[in-house]
Amino acid sequence: MEDDAPVIYGLEFQARALTPQTAETDAIRFLVGTQSLRYDNQIHIIDFDDENNIINKNVLLHQVGEIWHISTSPADKGVLATCYNKTSDSKVMTCAAVWRMPKELESGSHESPDDSSSNTQTLELLCHLDNTAHGNMACVMWEPMGDGKKIISLADNNILLWDLQESSAKAALSSSAALEGKGQLKFTSGRWSPHHNCTQIATANDTTVRGWDTRSMRQIYCIENAHGQLVRDLDFNPNKQYYLASCGDDCKVKFWDTRNVTEPVKTLEEHSHWVWNVRYNHSHDQLILTGSSDSRVILSNMVSISSEPFGHMVDDDDLSDQEDQHQEEKIKEPLQDSVIATYEEHEDSVYAVEWSSADPWLFASLSYDGRLVINRVPRALKYHILL
Amino acid sequence: MAEVEAAGTEVGGSPEAAAGGTGSGWRRPHGPLQRYYGPPAAETAEAAPDPADINGPHFDPEVFLTKVRSECPLGQLLAREAALGREIRALDSDMQTLLYENYNKFISATDTIRKMKVDFRRMEAEMDDLAANMAAISTSSARVSAALQDRHRRGAQLAGVQALLRKLQSLVEVPGRLRRWAAPGAEPARALRCHARARAVLRHYRHLPSFRAIEDESHAIMADLAQRLRARLRDDTLDPKELTECVEMLLQLEEPPEELCEEFLSHAGARLEAELAALEAELPPADPSGTAATPPPASDILDFVDRGSSAFVGNLCLLAASYRSLFEGRPGAGDGRLEAFAATLTARYFELLERRLALERGLGDTSLLVRALDRFHRRLRALLELLPAAGAEAGAALVARAARERVDRYLRALQTFFLGCLGDVRQALAVPRPPGKEGPGLPDLLATLASSVLGQLKAVLAYVQLFTAKDVAFASLPYFKGEFCVEAVREGLVVAFVRWLCRTARGFADGPAERGAPAAPPALLLLLARLCLDYEATTISYILTLTDEQFPPQDAGPAVTPGPALCTEARGAAQRLLDHYVQVQGAAVAQMLRKSVETRDWLGTVEPRNVRAVMKRVVEDITAIDVQVGQLFEEGVRRAQSSDSSRRAFSVYSSSRAPGRYAPSYTPSAPMDTHLLSNIQKLFSERIDIFSPVEFNKVSVLTGIIKISLKTLLECVRLRTLGRFGLQQVQVDGHYLQLYLWRFAADERVVQGLLDEVAASAAHRCLDPVPMEHSVVELICERG
Repeated sequence: MEDDAPVIYGLEFQARALTPQTAETDAIRFLVGTQSLRYDNQIHIIDFDDENNIINKNVLLHQVGEIWHISTSPADKGVLATCYNKTSDSKVMTCAAVWRMPKELESGSHESPDDSSSNTQTLELLCHLDNTAHGNMACVMWEPMGDGKKIISLADNNILLWDLQESSAKAALSSSAALEGKGQLKFTSGRWSPHHNCTQIATANDTTVRGWDTRSMRQIYCIENAHGQLVRDLDFNPNKQYYLASCGDDCKVKFWDTRNVTEPVKTLEEHSHWVWNVRYNHSHDQLILTGSSDSRVILSNMVSISSEPFGHMVDDDDLSDQEDQHQEEKIKEPLQDSVIATYEEHEDSVYAVEWSSADPWLFASLSYDGRLVINRVPRALKYHILL
Repeated sequence: MAEVEAAGTEVGGSPEAAAGGTGSGWRRPHGPLQRYYGPPAAETAEAAPDPADINGPHFDPEVFLTKVRSECPLGQLLAREAALGREIRALDSDMQTLLYENYNKFISATDTIRKMKVDFRRMEAEMDDLAANMAAISTSSARVSAALQDRHRRGAQLAGVQALLRKLQSLVEVPGRLRRWAAPGAEPARALRCHARARAVLRHYRHLPSFRAIEDESHAIMADLAQRLRARLRDDTLDPKELTECVEMLLQLEEPPEELCEEFLSHAGARLEAELAALEAELPPADPSGTAATPPPASDILDFVDRGSSAFVGNLCLLAASYRSLFEGRPGAGDGRLEAFAATLTARYFELLERRLALERGLGDTSLLVRALDRFHRRLRALLELLPAAGAEAGAALVARAARERVDRYLRALQTFFLGCLGDVRQALAVPRPPGKEGPGLPDLLATLASSVLGQLKAVLAYVQLFTAKDVAFASLPYFKGEFCVEAVREGLVVAFVRWLCRTARGFADGPAERGAPAAPPALLLLLARLCLDYEATTISYILTLTDEQFPPQDAGPAVTPGPALCTEARGAAQRLLDHYVQVQGAAVAQMLRKSVETRDWLGTVEPRNVRAVMKRVVEDITAIDVQVGQLFEEGVRRAQSSDSSRRAFSVYSSSRAPGRYAPSYTPSAPMDTHLLSNIQKLFSERIDIFSPVEFNKVSVLTGIIKISLKTLLECVRLRTLGRFGLQQVQVDGHYLQLYLWRFAADERVVQGLLDEVAASAAHRCLDPVPMEHSVVELICERG
């Protein structure tokens, strides 16, 4: 029981940006970006020692502005991208840049000095993503499974595909697409699909979810009114290529099959306020993590639409649901779609949740008051899934 | 005479009394008789013989005298003596009279006897003469008869010969007669009788050539007749009576009954088929898809059933009866044949009727349907008495199905009606009202809706009750007594309707609100929530009681849905609707706030002079919602208010107060410090669930809407970066909301807490956090 207890880490600033160190597959490491208008912002590199239940942190200064979004390269542990606010002359501009962290922090192997806060190091700027012509950057996505050379950023109503050249020292805009329509369209978030040879991304603007082909930069599907209100986040099922999860201001999490977008496959309504974040577990896609401004993090088990409903294909599951269930009941107590746990360690709105890239049973959540909570999937469930 | 009689009685009684001890075997039956007629034997035997009784048998003069002498005074003695003297004299005179009378009789008897002696002597002589004469007569008679005997014998012989000849004559005449009677159009029945009489004799004497000839000839004639009868049998115009006659005659002709039976049935079958075909002709052609719109049938269902029963069922009855009388007990006419025959035909009839019933699309006149079904059922029962196998279950099932079908149709009609009512309500809500003129209020609409639906339901129940009326024959079927009441009416109609109503109402909350279809107006949600709540409170139990009264459920019947389960459903629907109402209204207000925050340039804004218009709009909208909800729901409980609630100062920036929940703590101190502080704050404030279920009262609903709105404001402010005046504008807006919204919420602390968080977040997001003087804020707000 003891090591199921959450580990809490507090930052002194408000924070919204959280990401696992994607390229790292051994150590459990998260990056958190802070938001402060009046002080130098920081990126906290948080190492979690699973065996000793200890957190080690390293702080990097991010002086250009408050961080709204952060993402790490899937190929290079030391490379990351941030979206940050730059304030000048009563104008706020959200820019994006690619950075490299100091070499010795990449693997976080060195002992964390106790006085780390006074001994902060600075990020090395690799390149800016020039957005003067495109508007505010909402997020930066790295090509999953890629070599860390391709990134996509969403700026207002534009999708920008960049090629990082000269070992990321230069970002060249290779192609872009703009969302046309009446009103002021603005992307709120996006996600790069790991399927189809990484040629698809999904974006959210207002209540609509759209799919795009990165080769032609054309829209390939569109889920109108995916949510009753604003869509806040998306995620692709890592194991089922057409499955997509979305969440939004109607307190719901919806699961879509992008081949048939008229109705969601499933809808979850567990949160009591806007859902800001939804994440599939990287290995066991039945585990869904959601964070909401009701200050809760909910871990759900969506077995019925996962890729491993006890060895059956999901499509079978839909077709002969009854039969399968009968069989399963005899063989093994089936896991129903259910909420596994509700985590209430946060006191303020949770704006980010992320699974660890190294340990599939571990995740972190970040609330606005700067509290980072690291939790584990309950052990009973873990064994149930594994055995 | 008195003693004589007494003595007689005594004599009659004494042997019995003596035998009383031994012969109880035979005596017992006489006991009651004796007891009735005389003094009981036992009494007689037991009473001690009284020697002093002058009339008694044991009278002892000595004892009597002694007794009298010793007991009576002199006067009494003298009177006694005189009385006795009188009595004795009377007895003497009586005796004398008797003596005289009897004497005379003796004398006349003696005379008569003497006369008889003389007469008998003469008679003896006459008798002797008579005997001699008789002897002479008998000898002469013997002679005569001996002489006549021979002639008599010959006469008798001749008479016998003549009878035989007459018989022969008639036999010879048989073929002629047969021919005459069996001729077409004559009386084949007489021919048959004649033939039947002659047949045995002819068969007996067939070894004689002449008889054989006769027999052969009559056979030929009869065969001819049979041929003709058969030909007739195939004639289609034959009516059932003639048919029966015909077959009867053929049977008498000893035609194989099996074959006849076949012919009979096929002929009758053809007729019945023709009748069925006539019925079928009225029906539109069977349409397997069932989609084509068929024209309404020419005649009503009662007419159809009437014709069907009088023509088809009547004839089938007739047929069955004549079949029974014709073929009963005959070999070859197997028992199952008629039944199978009737079963096929009735099955077809049922099928036709079913098709006709299926045409009864609309609700039409239920009493007509009930009467038609009743008639059908009665006729069928008559048929079933003759033919128990002709499909009793099928008929009953047909009636039951028709009834069930009708009930289902009523359910659909009820549903359509309800949807129509809802449509009316929607229209009434949607009609734009000229300012100043109020349309029908929500309570009126609710009352109209509820009462018209209830009225319709009652009317439907009354219609359905026709199926179980006492004068309807099929109402006594076990199905209609038990299953129909429970399964069809209670479960299939009433419960299903209530369930459907709840589901439909829920559908407004669950279904189309998000994707595509036009969302229900919020007022309708509110109205339906109230309707469901009313159903839960009273209407459901009322309806169920009403149903159970009109359709009493059987004790051992199938399980029924209990009222509480329905109530739970209704309450669930009401809760869902109200929650949805809160969400919709909250989202509308929230949307306004979100847009206002997102589109404004908070950095470049000027110093606030006014409350922003959107805030006024928010307050107006929430006031309107308050009025709307207040029309249908009770006020609800409010937490006790502090006296200065509306005057409460904005606390976030006042240094005198402890820091608010999100009190800014800008010094980059060690992380623990901030969080310790913040955690302590949170220990004392409850977590607020924003989209949480509300209670059924106005305050709770309004609180829900306000929470959603303010939380939205909070989240939106956090996404922006504000300048100094931006912060001050938020400050002004917040204070304005605080001034006007606290009164709607159940707990003003909720409003306060959320507004504090907004202010704190705004301060966080501000580049230059210089708050406005509180007095200025108040001034601006009061100016409106």
